[in-house]
Amino acid sequence: MFSRRLFLQGGALMGLSSLLPAWARSASDGNTGLRPATATEFNLSVGRFPVHIDGRAGEAVGVNGTLPAPLIRFREGDEITLNVTNTLEEDTSLHWHGLLVPFQMDGVPGVTFPGIRPGETFTYRYAVPQSGTYWYHSHSGLQEQQGHYGPIIIDPHHHDPIAFDREYVLVLSDWTFENPYRVFAKLKKMSDAYNYQQRTVGDFLADAKARGLGAAWADRAMWGQMRMSPRDIADVTGATYHYLINGHATADNWNGVFQPGERVRLRIINASSMTIFNVRMPGLPMTIVAADGLNVQPLEVDEFQMGVAETYDVIVQPTEDRAFAFVAESIDRSGQAVATFGPRPGMRAEAPALRAVPTLTMKDMGMDHGAMDHGSMDMAAMDQSGHGMMDHDMEDHVDHDMSGMKMDHSAVMAEATWPVEKKDIKRGPGVANVAMMPMSRLDEPGIGLEDVGHRVLRYSQLRSLARNPDLRPPGREVEIHLTSNMERYMWSFDGVKFSEVTEAIVFHEGERLRVTLINNTMMPHPIHLHGMFFDLVNGGGDHCPRKHTVIVKPGEKLSFDVSADHVGDWAFHCHLLYHMHAGMMQVVSVLPSKDRMKEKYNGMDDMHDGHEGHDMPEMHDMHEGHDMKPPVEMDHSTMDHGMHGEMK
Amino acid sequence: MRKFCFTALASISLCLPALAQAHSGHGTSGGDRPWSQADAWFDPAEMDAVRQHMQAHHGATPLAMFMLNRGEVQFADDKESGVWDADFWYGGDLNKVWLKTEGEYDFDAGKVEGAEVQLLWSRAVSRYFDLQTGLRYDFEPDGIAHAVLGFQGLAPYWFEVDGAAYLSEEGDLTADFEAEYELRLTQRLFLQPRIEAAFSAADIPERNLGSGLTNLQAGLRLRYEIRREFAPYVGVEQHSALGGTADRMEAAGGDPDQTWFVVGIRSWY
Repeated sequence: MFSRRLFLQGGALMGLSSLLPAWARSASDGNTGLRPATATEFNLSVGRFPVHIDGRAGEAVGVNGTLPAPLIRFREGDEITLNVTNTLEEDTSLHWHGLLVPFQMDGVPGVTFPGIRPGETFTYRYAVPQSGTYWYHSHSGLQEQQGHYGPIIIDPHHHDPIAFDREYVLVLSDWTFENPYRVFAKLKKMSDAYNYQQRTVGDFLADAKARGLGAAWADRAMWGQMRMSPRDIADVTGATYHYLINGHATADNWNGVFQPGERVRLRIINASSMTIFNVRMPGLPMTIVAADGLNVQPLEVDEFQMGVAETYDVIVQPTEDRAFAFVAESIDRSGQAVATFGPRPGMRAEAPALRAVPTLTMKDMGMDHGAMDHGSMDMAAMDQSGHGMMDHDMEDHVDHDMSGMKMDHSAVMAEATWPVEKKDIKRGPGVANVAMMPMSRLDEPGIGLEDVGHRVLRYSQLRSLARNPDLRPPGREVEIHLTSNMERYMWSFDGVKFSEVTEAIVFHEGERLRVTLINNTMMPHPIHLHGMFFDLVNGGGDHCPRKHTVIVKPGEKLSFDVSADHVGDWAFHCHLLYHMHAGMMQVVSVLPSKDRMKEKYNGMDDMHDGHEGHDMPEMHDMHEGHDMKPPVEMDHSTMDHGMHGEMK
Repeated sequence: MRKFCFTALASISLCLPALAQAHSGHGTSGGDRPWSQADAWFDPAEMDAVRQHMQAHHGATPLAMFMLNRGEVQFADDKESGVWDADFWYGGDLNKVWLKTEGEYDFDAGKVEGAEVQLLWSRAVSRYFDLQTGLRYDFEPDGIAHAVLGFQGLAPYWFEVDGAAYLSEEGDLTADFEAEYELRLTQRLFLQPRIEAAFSAADIPERNLGSGLTNLQAGLRLRYEIRREFAPYVGVEQHSALGGTADRMEAAGGDPDQTWFVVGIRSWY
């Protein structure tokens, strides 16, 4: 008799791929490329299930019993229904990363909905006006680290400008057999607990030999004086992580096939909890055709650094009849995941050795004088309005330890022509450092990729394929500081942890504004804004890349312009999971415009007269307006008012 | 006096839940919701509860840590004693309750020679320093309670420092100071110099202490972290009594300068 039980055991023995959905399997398990099979209804069940990762058994939390979760593929503009059933004993949620959904469908507990309770089925229903590569993941607790993520592909309604013969989706992730709450607790107690790449006495001696004792000593003294480590690049490392491509570790060798000469589209998603990856295919150039789901002007590179939650679509066109490695290397070089593309299933490319561990510099502290004095600031990355990157009010923010430093006023640019709202950083134990000279680093490839000897993507190179839809100059600018104390493992915006936030960041419907992010920490942060694309101010004129997530490098100051079109409360956070969990999160409230509210509810002005407080005379704060039901109608034609009953 | 002490200890421990509470976010009840647009779609009370829970879990999760900094056996000539130095804390980023204990067991005499416990409220006051205040009780040798005011933190150049002043119920003022540094020989092998100094404001004959700097310990420990949380070590430590304290020790037939070899475990959770 062939029992089901036996069959399942057989499956486990046969290998990882048999437990995975077709798209995530290797060519050796029958995956020769994606099939463009779209649907409009998806049933997703969130639960615990056993997994086999890197040769070891573990337990995951995720969707429909697979890691990664199933591919959700549908057509642009189609209204889709996703029935999400929670079989866990805790709350869960699904957030559709990068999708312009009505905010009450966005899936962030406590911000856009109450979450999905154990045993409950929540129905998400929406249509989105976009196509491309996206992903979805839990926004509850630390479930994302446990395997609660999967890919989304939205096929364009009309012609796809990207031609290809074959396509694959590659979900990059990091897996630990430790409980993620334990990982977080260890970081709080000893923030370098996973760092086995610190500089040693031996490194000091080697450095002294190479550069002279004085220079080596001065370097150690500088970092020691600040109580910071130049090897503080990733908080959670290969010491606990198994890096995965479609659920496969390097040993499992995920492999894809191509015919020499074919154009192969790779839809790459960084679904990690904490790992920024360097992606490359040695010997094979990659042409970037989309970033964060949206098409960009084709750009050929040999490598790119990919923040957590970013997606890139690349076209590769291998002509040789041989296997190529696809390498996703952790930014701190503590580990990597390697897959293979070759003309025949089951081929295994040689995995390159991990490269040398990068070491941070003064520039990463936001205080590199040399770069300022020598004019290496990226003028191209400045936007056309001539908005300055330097902060005239810097004296207000000077850190005690650095009061001896002086800024170079010759480098100061013209001021913005719109009001700039600078918030004082709340100083205290949670803010170890304030960057004295934050600067644009959009024209840099990212930590560790400065001197790799081949073409590496820089944000300054990205150009949207389509003209930007909103070319209005910003009406105002909001500055947000990224702040931390690594030693205490505290992470925040403006020195305020999410647990301490008492007011949201307010956008007003219809306005165009600039958001400037200043990274006062020593780490790169992939910052994600829910619910809207932003135009990265990278010198691209009316073809700036439109993104949902952007890496802000250490000591960097960058800006994006955003049109506040989508009314609602939207999460805004660092996508490094434990940074978010520690408090590096906020909410952006896009409040409905007064005009529209007036249209809908006559007499509301009277109700609100007592609630002034914003210096935006034409707008009012809506926070008090709980009694104005039915809800303000949103922009989204697809919003389903009938949902209300269904959820209860 | 003993009774006073325990009452005070008990009252501090009653504050424990309050400390954790103080950290579970700025619970916003009623009207001052930081955002509320989802209330149009879902039950506002439910949203309120979830939002508060969500905020508290993004920055205000209280944690507990146990650290056995030194659990060691010390050997000198024909003497052997056991030493412990352990901490436990519970709390959030800014406020914590600390329980510290240190003591010594004399294997030859078969008795605990010194054992103290401190219960402290610890407040993060700057980027790298915490201020700590509370009570210390010496179970051995003499059952005396002290009020404690101290600090703990990370000094520039990565020196871990810890100092406190103690006012005993007898009115005696003493203080101690500790500093540790870690030289990273490899990613798992550390050489740790450590000094500890003790002071007394006045002669305390009952404790055989002279005034001024009374004792100095300087040690060097070589630690191998099998895991970050578990590391055996070996080392050597010099114990010196100074000034009037040394005189008293000599008068009693002791040697004010002793060299000890140590073997121990550092472990945390």
